[in-house]
Amino acid sequence: MRRLLSSFVVLLAATSIAGAQQATARPPVDNCRTCHAQLDDRLGEPAKQFADDIHATRGITCASCHGGDPGEEDMAKSMSRAKGYRGVPTRKEIPQLCAKCHADGAFMRAYNPSLRTDQLSQYQTSIHGKRLAGGDTRVAVCSDCHGIHKIRPASSPLSSVHPQQIPNTCGRCHGDAAYMKPYKIPTDQLAGYKTSVHFEKLSGGDLAAPTCVTCHGNHGATPPGVTSVERVCGTCHVFQEQLFDRSPHKAAWAPLKMSSCLTCHGNHAIQHTSDVMVGAGKGSICMTCHSESDNGGKTAGRISVALTGLDKLLGEAAAVLDSAERKGMEVGEARVTLSTAREKLIKARVDLHTMDGAHVEETSKSGEKLSQQANQEGVQALAEYAFRRKGLALSLLAIAFVVVCLWLLIRNLERTSAGEEAGRSPTS
Amino acid sequence: MENAVSEGGRPEQPERRRVLGFLVGSGVMASLVSFVYPILRFVLPPQSGEMDADTAAAKANELAANSAKIFRMGNRPGILVRTADGKYRAFSAVCSHLNCTVQYRQREHDIWCACHNGVYNLQGGVVSGPPPKALEQFEVHERGQEVIVTRGTRT
Amino acid sequence: MALMLQLRDWWEERFGKDLFSFLMHKQVPRHRHTIWYYLGGMTLFLFLVQVVTGILLLLYYRPSPTEAFESVQFIMTKVQFGWLIRGIHSWSANLLIFTAMVHMFSTFFLKAYRKPRELTWISGCALFFLFLGFGFSGYLLPWNELAFFATKVGTQMMAAVPVIGKWLLTFFRGGEEVTGATLTRFFGFHVAIFPLLTTMLLGAHLFLVQYFGMSTPISVEQAHKDKPVPTYAFLPNFLLRDIMGWYIALGLLAALAAIFPWELGVKADPFAATPAGIKPEWYFLFLFQTLKLIPGRVVFIEGEQFGVLAFGLGAAMWMLVPFLDRKKEGPLRRLPAVIGGVIVAYIIVMTIWAWRS
Repeated sequence: MRRLLSSFVVLLAATSIAGAQQATARPPVDNCRTCHAQLDDRLGEPAKQFADDIHATRGITCASCHGGDPGEEDMAKSMSRAKGYRGVPTRKEIPQLCAKCHADGAFMRAYNPSLRTDQLSQYQTSIHGKRLAGGDTRVAVCSDCHGIHKIRPASSPLSSVHPQQIPNTCGRCHGDAAYMKPYKIPTDQLAGYKTSVHFEKLSGGDLAAPTCVTCHGNHGATPPGVTSVERVCGTCHVFQEQLFDRSPHKAAWAPLKMSSCLTCHGNHAIQHTSDVMVGAGKGSICMTCHSESDNGGKTAGRISVALTGLDKLLGEAAAVLDSAERKGMEVGEARVTLSTAREKLIKARVDLHTMDGAHVEETSKSGEKLSQQANQEGVQALAEYAFRRKGLALSLLAIAFVVVCLWLLIRNLERTSAGEEAGRSPTS
Repeated sequence: MENAVSEGGRPEQPERRRVLGFLVGSGVMASLVSFVYPILRFVLPPQSGEMDADTAAAKANELAANSAKIFRMGNRPGILVRTADGKYRAFSAVCSHLNCTVQYRQREHDIWCACHNGVYNLQGGVVSGPPPKALEQFEVHERGQEVIVTRGTRT
Repeated sequence: MALMLQLRDWWEERFGKDLFSFLMHKQVPRHRHTIWYYLGGMTLFLFLVQVVTGILLLLYYRPSPTEAFESVQFIMTKVQFGWLIRGIHSWSANLLIFTAMVHMFSTFFLKAYRKPRELTWISGCALFFLFLGFGFSGYLLPWNELAFFATKVGTQMMAAVPVIGKWLLTFFRGGEEVTGATLTRFFGFHVAIFPLLTTMLLGAHLFLVQYFGMSTPISVEQAHKDKPVPTYAFLPNFLLRDIMGWYIALGLLAALAAIFPWELGVKADPFAATPAGIKPEWYFLFLFQTLKLIPGRVVFIEGEQFGVLAFGLGAAMWMLVPFLDRKKEGPLRRLPAVIGGVIVAYIIVMTIWAWRS
């Protein structure tokens, strides 16, 4: 009996503890949302959207931004000035409003310790922040990029600041010529970017591909200076930056304030590179400044010859290997050699940033050697194939000879012993 | 071929039969030799000897500590790293981002892809940059004067 | 020739005259269906080619998932004439099964299974199923993508056998999925278990054929009611013709191996997605296509189960046809031939259909 009673007490305690834990896990009372969600007009929309917001899932209520008392059901009491209710904040107020939590390290630590808390200070260095401080409320504030009541973390593909959404978010203003008229800056960035190889990679799913914020910064967004852009390009395209710094162009262009990367590759509409861009031919970028006969033009020609020469050899070798493979010959090893040769071409195209013909030729020559090796292996495979066919023809001849002789022998035997066959009894 | 003895056949038949018999016999012999020759060549192991499942990536003391070497593993490149404390590690040298060949960085003690600045640690895991997956790791055994790299025992 | 005579005398002094005399006096009926008699010998020849080339391949092949593909690649590229041996082995496998099928159907239509040759027929059918087993197990051994997924699909069928299906699947796969264990197991089947069974059955089959002699078709028997059926002597006439056929087959194999080399494909990756359009080898296509066409449920039995049961029943009836086909007269006596014709047509149509889709 005592045992039964004590176990009953334990059970009661356990359920009440569990019940209490349940109570704390329940979201806080947010009557603002409950009431407004029942409305159908513009007063109801935000409340309905807020269900998807990351703040809501973390237990932040409407009152955290709008003030007031979310525990009160009576409208006058919950939306009273005395309780801090401030209504819809003005655009100028928004950065400070968000920063109230987001710039507070100790506060944010409870929610996500690895989130940065310098967004406001960064924003204040940005063009947007500076102009806002000067009274221009047409510039971007936090809510313009992140959304207002439907904010999601940047890692969510549904967020307006997810890498794949960034171009469209920035482009909403910067691509709108009418909106941007007072600022007198170009509005073709989005259109240009959408033709670029970076956009292609981004849309294809490579989230490491550069977006607007990669080069311009997000909260501290500023048009980058000449030096800062090439340093940004250099975070991924490391060798190109290093090699370019050793080239004559670096010293020549710096005083002219010409950018290392953008001058040849563009800024937003960066296209796939091709060997056509180098040299003295049509479509060559070198010819924008150089002439065919000056030192630069001659180097350009030399580099172009090295690259196109290797490309051609690679194509020829690949054709030979394809032909051998179609005939059923195994050319796996030769393909390895060829892919190493192809990597040399990629390296040569990087090396050209030194603007040094000899340097490029060194790489392309080693590529040519490998390519010729692969070609040779392919030719050998084709020769082996021809040899096999000849061997086959010979052996078929031999077999045909034997078959014919057999046939003649059989005919001979049977003509002679025709008389023998009659009279033999069947064996079944 | 004795039961088909000619009886009352034409006089030149036995002669022709003997010739034919001889031709057939020698034809068969020759063809048997032509079958035996490829078989004999087949059973003698080729010059390249061992099959490439075990790759001899390097000689015993070819690599100094804190250095690496690119070698051929089957049809793809592999990288053999000798760490600062003298141990061997081997990985596929094919970067998981866009298939460039990676390299070892002596100062940073990591594996790096020059194409887009992808960085891997010495377990093959991705540290930073665009690569989506770790590098495939191989097993390394030292056997006599050679360092052997194999694909390991995964099925 | 003198040497041959000396050898014969040596043999006869020890073993007596019986074996030689049997061969010397063996006769083969000569009539318009005699051409079908060559198929048995052709099948045997192709099987021997498989044994020889198979043993040669065994000198270099390695049956583990990390080495199988590479070892076949090694044979194809580095070993002298490896391409030829492997090519002949792969082509001869297909020719063997084709020839065995024609042999089986020709003996069926000529009713060679009638008394006293019932056991010859049954052992022959068993041999045919063994050859299919050889084909299925051997196909996996190169461990390439096509083979891996074809094996996956093929072994999946076994689960559809009622009662013991799951156990059968696990037995053949060496586990739940197709893995390296499956490869090892299939290798064991292919080079040890099936050869052992084949040796025993083939020995019995050949002995029975010699014991009872060649069967004469009913139509020929009836045409020669009062006179004996003309015959060939086995030695040398029939045998020389046999040898002619074998040489032509050898030439064909060499040509196929050199002009249409057998592909190596891509190494199997068990974690990759199944490529589209996976099909088994041609000799299983009609089964494959039939199963695709069976509706999800037939009465109260699941579709795949129904298919497997139907095939099992069909195979059993096929093997037992000597006991089922008794009618010598009457309207039903043509039934086996008609059914046989339908089966052949069905196989051809289904195979072509599966091939084209």
